Amino acid sequence: MDIRPYGDTSNDGKVQVAFTLPIPAGAKGVECAKEFARKLGLTDPNVVDCEPIGAGYSHYIIYGSTPFAIDPDLIHVHEVETPALSMEEIETLIAAELGRDVVFVGASTGTDAHTVGIDAIMNMKGYAGHYGLERYKHVITYNLGSQVANETFIKKAKEVHADVLLVSQTVTQKDVHLANLVELVELLEAEKMRDDVILICGGARITHELAKELGYDAGFGPKKYAEDVAAYAVLELIKRKNRE
Amino acid sequence: MAIRNKLNLDPNQIAACRAYAQTIGDQIQAFIDRHSTVTVERTVCRLAGVDGVDAFEVPIPNRFVDEVHKTGDLSRGVSVYLAAALQATGLDLAAFTAAYLQDEVRLCGHPAVSPEAAVRILKPYFDHSFAQIAAKRRQRDEFVKRFGKPACELYVIVATGNIYEDVVQAQAAAEAGADIIAVIRSTGQSLLDYVPFGATTEGFGGTYATQENFRIMRKALDKTSKKVGRYIKLVNYASGLCMPEIAAMGALERLDMMLNDSMYGIIFRDINMQRTFIDQYFSRSINALAGIVINTGEDNYLTTADAVENAHTVLASQFINEAFARLAGLPESLMGLGHAFEIDPAIENGFLYEIAQAEMAREIFPNAPLKYMPPTKYSTGNIFQTQAHDTLFNVATTMTGQSIHLLAMMTEAIHTPFLSDRHLAIENAKMVRTTMKSIGDEITFCPDGIIMNRARTVLSQAHDLLRSIAETSLFAALEAGVFADVRRSRNGGKGLEGVFEKHPDYLNPAMDRIKEAHHGH
Repeated sequence: MDIRPYGDTSNDGKVQVAFTLPIPAGAKGVECAKEFARKLGLTDPNVVDCEPIGAGYSHYIIYGSTPFAIDPDLIHVHEVETPALSMEEIETLIAAELGRDVVFVGASTGTDAHTVGIDAIMNMKGYAGHYGLERYKHVITYNLGSQVANETFIKKAKEVHADVLLVSQTVTQKDVHLANLVELVELLEAEKMRDDVILICGGARITHELAKELGYDAGFGPKKYAEDVAAYAVLELIKRKNRE
Repeated sequence: MAIRNKLNLDPNQIAACRAYAQTIGDQIQAFIDRHSTVTVERTVCRLAGVDGVDAFEVPIPNRFVDEVHKTGDLSRGVSVYLAAALQATGLDLAAFTAAYLQDEVRLCGHPAVSPEAAVRILKPYFDHSFAQIAAKRRQRDEFVKRFGKPACELYVIVATGNIYEDVVQAQAAAEAGADIIAVIRSTGQSLLDYVPFGATTEGFGGTYATQENFRIMRKALDKTSKKVGRYIKLVNYASGLCMPEIAAMGALERLDMMLNDSMYGIIFRDINMQRTFIDQYFSRSINALAGIVINTGEDNYLTTADAVENAHTVLASQFINEAFARLAGLPESLMGLGHAFEIDPAIENGFLYEIAQAEMAREIFPNAPLKYMPPTKYSTGNIFQTQAHDTLFNVATTMTGQSIHLLAMMTEAIHTPFLSDRHLAIENAKMVRTTMKSIGDEITFCPDGIIMNRARTVLSQAHDLLRSIAETSLFAALEAGVFADVRRSRNGGKGLEGVFEKHPDYLNPAMDRIKEAHHGH
C-alpha cells in the first residue's frame, strides 16, 4: 500500500523544510522560497517564517504537501541481524565458544576530531546506561582517540593482533568521511589484512547498508550501543572460527 | 565586580585550593625555567621579524632553528646565533634571510658574540615587533572604549575550511548578534611542528592558523565592527606543538582571544607534557603582553569523562590553569577559564548540578571572563530536542552570569554549522538573556538544598584532589589519568625531541623583555 507523510490526516503528505537563500528577507525572498519549494515538488507551499540572518541572507521555514507516495513493500533495508545480547551473555559466549580474549581496536579516524561516538562504545562508562567494551570481561580494548590516520590505525591493529576494528565518524564536512572510510578498506586490502579482521564503522550518519557498500562487515548508526556491536562481533568471530 | 557568595562556600577552603594550585604550578615552573623548546626558539625568530617560507614551504624560523639544533648548540638559544650571523655578515635581517634562502650564508659557524652584544644587535628588530604588539593593543583598547564591552559575549565558530568563506559566515554571524568569532583550525594542525604560511582556501574542518589568515579575518571583522557598532573579537588556537609561535602571530595581528590551555595538548593530543608546560608558559607570557584573553579547555574533560562524577576535576583544573596563568603574568581579566554544560539531561535534577557548577565557578573566579561551553555529548540528530536542551544551557548561562557564552548549535551532532544554525542559536541566546535578564539577582539558593550541597561537595573533592597533586606532582597526576580519564607518560607523546635544557648562558631577549614589561605593570 502506498504511503505519504502524515501531518494531521492520513496521507495528507505534509512535510516541513527549512533553508537559507543568499538574498535579503522580504516579499521577493518569500516568493523565491515558495517557488523553490514548488520545484522541490511541494504543492501549496506555505512560507510560515522568513527571517533576515545577516549579510544579505534570509532563512525560510516552509510547510507543504508532497504529491509523491511510496510503497514500503518495495523498500528493502539491510540491518545487522544479531540477537540482542546482554553484556553478561556476551562475556559467557566468549569464554565458552572462543576461549580467549577478543581484541578491539577503535578510533575516530581521519580528520574527525570527535571522540563521542567511539567513547560511547568503548569507554568503561559507555553511554546512556549501556556499559562500554572496556568493562567487558574477556575483551581487550585499545581506543586510539580522534584524528587517527588510517595508517596509524592499521599499524596498531597489526601490533596488538586485533580481532575487531571499530571506526567512528561523527561530524563531517562535504562527505570527507566517506573517502576516509573507503581509504581504510583499501589500505587493509593492500596490507592483506582485510579478511583477518572484522571491520565495523559507526556514527550518526552510518547505516549498515552504507557500511556494506563501502566494504565493511557491519555498520552501526544512532541508538546502537556497545552490546549491539559486541554481540555482532563475537557471533561473527564464532561463525568464522567454526568455518575454519 | 562585587564578590557574591550565594552558595555559602567556605572561603578558607577556596584559599587552600589556590595555595595548593600555586604549589603545583611552582613545582612545574621550576622545571619550565630550566628548559626551552624548538617552538620557543622559533618564536624568538618570529618576534625578531623572521617570517616566510623557503621553496619547499618550510617556514624560515624552522630552517634557522633546525640548523642550530643540528650543527650548533641550541641550548644557548637561537638569538645568539642570529646576532652572531648578522654581526659577521654585516647584513640586516631581511638581507640575511634573502641570502640564506640562496644558500649564500649560514646561521652557524660565525664568531660568537656575548649575550650582551646579542641583545644590542637584535634590539632594533625586537623593538619593531614589540612596538607593533603595543600598537595593536592600543587599537583594541580604542575599539572597546568606543563601542563598549557587553557583560556576556556571544561566541560562535566558523569552520568552512576556506578563510574567504569564513569571512562571509563570520560577518553574517556578527551582524546577527555574535560578539566573538572563533575560526576553527584545520584538522591536525596541533600536531604540526611548524606553522603553515599564507591564506587557506581548502582546509579540512577549518583553516590553518596562519598569520595571513589572521590578517584577513581581522580586517573583515574590523569592517563589520564599524558597521554594527560593536567590537567583534577574533579567536584562534595557540595550542598544539606551536603554542608560542601562534601566540606571537596573534599578538602581531590583534587577535583578542586564544584557546590556550596548560594541559589540553597533553591530555587530548598526546603531546609530551614537558613540551607543553614549557610552551604554554611562553605562549601565555606573550598573550599577557598583547592583552589577549586565554580560553582554557576544561570543558573537554567532560566529553570523555562523566560530568557528574568528574565535576571536581574541572574545578581543580581551573585552579591549576589560574596558577599557571598568574605565573605567566596574566591578570585575572585575561583568564577565560573554561567549563561546560555536559550533564546527561536524563539525570534527575541534572540541571541543578549544572547551576551549582556554573555558579560555583562564577563565585570562585569572580574577575575571570569565564567561558561556558554548551552541551555536545548528549546532542543527537533530533535537532528539535537539541534546540530545547540548548535553551536550558542558555538559561544556566544567564542565571549564573557567565562571561563568554559559546553558542550551542542544534546541528551539533551532525555537521559543521550551517549559516542558519548559527543564526537560530544567536536568536535563542538573545531571547533568553532578554527575557531572563535579572534572574540571577533575584535568586537565592535554598540553604542546604541540592544546589548548595552539590557545590560544597564538588569544592571539597577538588580541594582533596589538589592536595594530593601538590603532595606528589602534576606530572604524576597526569601519569595517573586524573584529568578526563586519560593517562599520559612523562616521556611519551609527541614533541619531546624538541625539548632541551638551557645552557647557563642561555639567552631569550624576547622573554626577558616581556618579563620586564610585566614587572612594569
